[in-house]
Amino acid sequence: MAANTITRAQLSEAVYQEVGLSRNESADLLELVLNEISDALARGESVKISSFGSFAVRSKGQRIGRNPKTGEEVPILPRRVLVFRPSQLLRSRINNGHADSVEP
Amino acid sequence: MTKSELIARLAELNPHLYQRDVERIVTTIFDEIAAALARGDRVELRGFGAFSVKTRDARQGRNPRTGESVDVSEKAVPFFKTGKQLRERLNTVR
Repeated sequence: MAANTITRAQLSEAVYQEVGLSRNESADLLELVLNEISDALARGESVKISSFGSFAVRSKGQRIGRNPKTGEEVPILPRRVLVFRPSQLLRSRINNGHADSVEP
Repeated sequence: MTKSELIARLAELNPHLYQRDVERIVTTIFDEIAAALARGDRVELRGFGAFSVKTRDARQGRNPRTGESVDVSEKAVPFFKTGKQLRERLNTVR
């Protein structure tokens, strides 16, 4: 299966085809959607998109890491990371797509 | 924030659009991402993050209730890697 990479261009094209706004406005709205989600996450809020999945911010404590090249110990500072949890629907959609290509 | 709160927020910022259209915009975006992943494609949104599909090998699992061993076949799971810009934003002092 050829793995293509989809970018903003194809997503905003889909919005353009589906909704009938101008190409420019479609691109702007896609950007706005990503920005609003990012803003909520930066505030520490989680974002739940039903039938797709949820994004949550998790706080990690400080721990001792190691520079893999030198073996030197370096502290890894407390930080916030983003975790994405796919919905059951997305999981099964991806597996069906897979199963179909394996056994036609 | 939920999908409907996101839609309400976008509608508020775009009073010239019908609520119906705002809903379709959001639905289309996530549907396209899901469809791409179902085809085995990657979705890369610079600054935000990238969605991809990872394969988990078939393994011998166990029914936790009965202890019976079961075959778990190979499966694909969606994966999200946070973009650099968003990762940095999460860690800037507010």
